[in-house]
Amino acid sequence: MNSLMKLMTTAAILVATSALTPAFAANTAITVGMVLEPPNLDPTSGAAAAIREVTYANIFQGLTRFDENGAIIPDLAKSWDISADGLSYTFHLATGVKFHDGSPFSADDVKFSLDRARAPDSTNAQKGLFADIASVDVVDPATVKVTLKKPNGSFLFNMAWGDAVILSPKSIATEATNPVGTGPFKLVNWVKGDRVELAKFDGYWGAAPKLDKVTFKFIADPSAAFAAMMAGDVDAFPLFPAAETLEQFKADPRFAVIAGNTEGETLLAMNNGKKPFDNIKVREAVAHAINRKEIIDGAMFGYGTPIGTHFAPHNPDYVDLTAQSNYDPEKSKALLKEAGYPDGFTVSLKLPPPPYARRGGEIIASQLAKVGIKAQITNVEWAQWLEQVFKGKDYDLTIVSHTEPMDIDIYGRDNYYFNYKSDAFKKIMADLSVTTDPAKRSELLKAAQKRIADDYVNAFLFELPRLGVANAKIVGIWKNQPTPSNDMSAVYWKD
Amino acid sequence: MAPYLLKRLISLVLSLLAASVVIFLVLQVVPGDPASYMLGMNAQPETVEALRQQMGLNEPLVWRYLTWVGGLTHGDFGVSYTYKVPTGELIAQRLWVSLPLALYALLLSTLIALPIGILSAAKRNSAADYGIMGVTQLGIAVPNFWFAMLLVLLFSITLRWFSAGGFPGWNAGVFVALKALTLPAVALALPQASILARVMRSSLLDTLSEDYIRTARAKGLTRGQTLVRHAVRNAMIPVLTIIGLQFSFLLAGAIIIENVFYLPGLGRLVFQGITQRDLIVVQSVVMLLVFAVIVITFLVDIAYAIADPRLRSRAR
Repeated sequence: MNSLMKLMTTAAILVATSALTPAFAANTAITVGMVLEPPNLDPTSGAAAAIREVTYANIFQGLTRFDENGAIIPDLAKSWDISADGLSYTFHLATGVKFHDGSPFSADDVKFSLDRARAPDSTNAQKGLFADIASVDVVDPATVKVTLKKPNGSFLFNMAWGDAVILSPKSIATEATNPVGTGPFKLVNWVKGDRVELAKFDGYWGAAPKLDKVTFKFIADPSAAFAAMMAGDVDAFPLFPAAETLEQFKADPRFAVIAGNTEGETLLAMNNGKKPFDNIKVREAVAHAINRKEIIDGAMFGYGTPIGTHFAPHNPDYVDLTAQSNYDPEKSKALLKEAGYPDGFTVSLKLPPPPYARRGGEIIASQLAKVGIKAQITNVEWAQWLEQVFKGKDYDLTIVSHTEPMDIDIYGRDNYYFNYKSDAFKKIMADLSVTTDPAKRSELLKAAQKRIADDYVNAFLFELPRLGVANAKIVGIWKNQPTPSNDMSAVYWKD
Repeated sequence: MAPYLLKRLISLVLSLLAASVVIFLVLQVVPGDPASYMLGMNAQPETVEALRQQMGLNEPLVWRYLTWVGGLTHGDFGVSYTYKVPTGELIAQRLWVSLPLALYALLLSTLIALPIGILSAAKRNSAADYGIMGVTQLGIAVPNFWFAMLLVLLFSITLRWFSAGGFPGWNAGVFVALKALTLPAVALALPQASILARVMRSSLLDTLSEDYIRTARAKGLTRGQTLVRHAVRNAMIPVLTIIGLQFSFLLAGAIIIENVFYLPGLGRLVFQGITQRDLIVVQSVVMLLVFAVIVITFLVDIAYAIADPRLRSRAR
């Protein structure tokens, strides 16, 4: 009887304390909502943005990294020297760095990680980032030298990607489910389908984060995401799926709406290799048939910057070419007539799942109809889109946001799904890859933007915004998204 | 009894085998490659090839089928392509949400439906009967996800009594876990209870017009006694059948409710598996559900045979 009483008292205390804990811990714990659950937590073997949204700058670190505005700053490499010929990079590494399993970090881990990413059997989704590396040599435990095959102006940029993080050879086999990095937070628990829990890593080498606990909660349904924010189950939702409710959050003093940029150029892509889009006049006609403002207002609730080429408007090298493809249905009709389609034509428009594509697609179809182009909408899943549109090039029109940063080089790729073939463009890219002088690089980048705008490769719509909602008391959540990330290292609650 | 059982058992095994072939083939036909999906738009073809090799996707079709079915026979569901953990583990975790949720909803639905169904039949054509019929008609007509949203609006956003969703896990305590399942269970139970109440009512009305009810009344039992001792008992057989069917439905069909309340249940596992082309997870979960439905049907068949001797003799 006595022991039963004891048990019950203990239970009562446990219940009472567990009910009280959130009130005390509220200042150092945060729950962040995400739409998609990461399939696994290894950013070096999978492209899913959700993997980086959990791990980038939280669990894993690279030699360099992106800051909130996309600038490249030192991470595990404190500093670096670049040889005069631009071929060798000597990285001076941070010291006293430990992995979450307690093992020390050294130049050997850098060599291991980079060599693994570029190996023949590598499953790195961005293997191209490492293509120019000729060799990686350990100089001493705190120095590593990377030699390139040819000068590469974007090498430090490449090393900042989530795919280029440094891993420990010891934990490599279980990285997918039990990631071991050098970052300020370590994985504590992953309840599949529900949440990932991170805790502050006490052995962290840099400035200690202000939060003790970060929970990423996965809520796919837009109305559920809205309810979870409203009910206070989630403290922040950096990529909020229910844009239509943002006005409501704006009006509510409990919340702050965070609107920033991503690196996502949203396009109405045209199959340049297929009739009728093999004709530049037709492509130009499509470009003039599109009213960007209507799409941004209708599909994005007013958020998003119009673009006239495939380049991020917040980039200093951006050229505003929107006037070249302004909304002009009369010109569009005239061009169609010139191209031999006075009565227009019928094409397919394949739409992947994101709201910008599905909502935007409806609006674009009606805009095209006004100049005589009948676009038949087919909704496809991502896996289908990748297989049919991206790989199979079996499409006429599609809407998609290209979220990789600085990816204008895709227009120079052979066999890419746009089917765009331009030797002039390829020449610019070839020059760019061996140019390290900033002024010359800028010139080339501008020329590249003009080239694809002049060729009307695609109808360039808008730069995808990053739209988030957070509790008004939270400070430090990234506004922009230079790379998929929810960097929690500087986030805190103000009183 | 034995030959009847044997016959049912053979048909059970054949159904499972047929189902496994159909499920496997259908998923092979679906467009989309798991490796391309995982590596995204910037991947190089050789990288995709390396991953396909690693995932075992380059093995011949028949060989992949046989490995999968061979594994299933001893409880090995294979390793998930995307999560990279054993599928059996994933399913077990999800069952700990889906199974209690289905039972909870079923319990609620039965507890609500039986009394009101009986009341409705006993007081036929009364105001109570009309009221109950009206409400249950509404319960069937209202989509459960919409009802779920209303519940969230009232109890989570306005009153803040419940979380808007999510599942803390059983480690957080039985009470906390059950609380998290309450709104979803209510949302799931409403249409089921409405159907069940109507079945209870009509079945009871049928029984009440039987001769033996008149006999029971004639031998001096009151209306209430007749109802409880003879009518309700005999009216239960169709009701039990419906309860069995509802259980299978609740286990497999709660996907929309799981989405509204972002519960990590089986339905969402399948849904996620389909979008990510995690074929091994999809085929294993679907197979498990087929297995559950077939086994439940098998058990119901046996129960019928026990209850009704005529079935046994016919099988012989």
